Amino acid sequence: MTVLQSSHSQDQQILVQVSNMKKHFSISKGLIIERKVGSVKAVDGVSFLIQRGETLGLVGESGCGKTTVGRTLLGLYPATEGEIYIDNHNVRQARRDEMLTIRRKAQMIFQDPYASLNPRWTVNSIISEPLRVHKIFTSNKEKSERVQELLNLVSLSPRLVNRFPHEFSGGQRQRIGIARALASNPAFIVCDEPISALDVSIQAQVVNLLEDLQDQFNLTYLFIAHDLSMVRHICDRVAVMYLGVIVESAERNELYENPLHPYTQALLSAVPIPDPKKGRARSRIVLTGDVPSPINPPSGCRFHPRCPIAKDHCSIDVPEWRQITDDHWVACHEV
Amino acid sequence: MGQLVWRRFRRHKMAIFGAVTLILLFIYSIGGALIFPESYANFADTPLRLTAPNLQHPFGTDTIGRDVLARTIYGGQISLMIGMLAVLIEVVLGILVGALAGYYGGIVDSILMRITEAMLNIPEIFLLIVMAKFFGGEIPEVDLFGRTFSGSVIVIVLIIGLTSWMYLARIVRAQFLSLKENDFVLAARATGTSNFEIIFRHILPNSIAPIIVSATLGVANAILAEAYISFLGLGVQPPTATWGNMLDGANNYLESAPWLWFFPGLLILLTVLSINFLGDGLRDALDPHSRAA
Repeated sequence: MTVLQSSHSQDQQILVQVSNMKKHFSISKGLIIERKVGSVKAVDGVSFLIQRGETLGLVGESGCGKTTVGRTLLGLYPATEGEIYIDNHNVRQARRDEMLTIRRKAQMIFQDPYASLNPRWTVNSIISEPLRVHKIFTSNKEKSERVQELLNLVSLSPRLVNRFPHEFSGGQRQRIGIARALASNPAFIVCDEPISALDVSIQAQVVNLLEDLQDQFNLTYLFIAHDLSMVRHICDRVAVMYLGVIVESAERNELYENPLHPYTQALLSAVPIPDPKKGRARSRIVLTGDVPSPINPPSGCRFHPRCPIAKDHCSIDVPEWRQITDDHWVACHEV
Repeated sequence: MGQLVWRRFRRHKMAIFGAVTLILLFIYSIGGALIFPESYANFADTPLRLTAPNLQHPFGTDTIGRDVLARTIYGGQISLMIGMLAVLIEVVLGILVGALAGYYGGIVDSILMRITEAMLNIPEIFLLIVMAKFFGGEIPEVDLFGRTFSGSVIVIVLIIGLTSWMYLARIVRAQFLSLKENDFVLAARATGTSNFEIIFRHILPNSIAPIIVSATLGVANAILAEAYISFLGLGVQPPTATWGNMLDGANNYLESAPWLWFFPGLLILLTVLSINFLGDGLRDALDPHSRAA
């Protein structure tokens, strides 16, 4: 798969640039002498650009490598191959000091608000951790003022600073996680399914909060999700992942109204429609079979064993990443 | 959190018994020293050797005429101190080895765990005896807390500490292996927190419960280990008394002078039993899965 628009790398408008990023987890066997017997190709050549202030949605079914993309992008997992730039910092070659700068600029919000906060730490220590690590404030007074300010930003009462995470509900905990991510004034936040663990009634609140914060601080998001209607609501552009690769990417409305890749079409046909008449009228594309194993992905186009329109050459040739219209890219032989 | 633990602990009758007995034993060996001076405990009134318990010597006298009561008091101080200091070494080493092995994994883990297993494969008594013989030569006396100790006390503390950290290291490693997969560790790394802080400020406080339990039980084991080596004459050297070295030689008077072994033996038994009860109670109280409150 080729790079999207590599000529734009020096563009000040582009905050995040990923080209041909791969992350393979090796599988080893043997008790005493470990040897590598294979690898899980969780992410196998992913390229995308994110402009300043925009939200890129990353969708796909469970196990397709969305979360791994987010974590590898931030350098939390060492990438196997490819280039990753965040605000012109090379993530893969950054040394200690530069890495700290990247950590300050690029933050993360986690899926599970129960596991992502240390149960032994108070809200105050959790939110002020980035302030301490990056030595943003020296005096304790400034630090606690900043923590209060952050709690206000996420609509939590500053009186709660000395509570422990288990005293909060899921939605409140997610707000604490958001406050922590905001503490170091980042430019870019990877939101790794930030709402999928929450009640539907709380989801809207958290999404609105994320949107307000984006407007207020000109934040850039990589929004990883599997709820397609929520993605349409919050994202400017959407990329669809299948088995470690991006199969289609387009501007939000273009993708939802004119999906080209058969996998995108199948995904979108599964989105519930609030109107039962329309819902019954439309045809649902049901994919057969399961997602193949990322240890041994299918040859050619990875989607061909489940694709309703697959031809013979789909199992041999890897489809090219082609530009269809201005901002609509797809990897499929039959489009 | 603290309240819940206390409530669960209080329900454990034997643990309360253990805690109370331990406090009494501490009062006995520290408070007793206010009544008898140490020189009295070490004073050999040879004509009175092997006197049965009487009003003058409630616990009798030993083979060279020293007062057994006073010696159990000062011996208790040494035995309890050896137990706690040895566990301090055990805890520091165990946490260090276990945390590094569990957190870093891979080759660090392999090397540290092979060393741990090698240490576990050597019979403990054998290791204790060899090390006691090797290090136990002529060690100068040391002054600590206003008392003069035989240097062998320090040697024994080191030997017991250095031979008992392996189980704790394994417990800590297992805790780290599971805790490091938590999202809050990933969040800390995404924040830029150093490995040192992640190990000691994020993960360690979450694995403190099994460490406390293991350390408590470790005190009992250390006191027993001291008793073994001192009983074999390789441990703390006279005139410094410990419960262990008071038993040394008492086996020759099993029937003719039972007070020689009865009182120190009873104190060791009570201490070890109480600590084990206390440890059991703490294990149940600190275990988040036992919701019986």
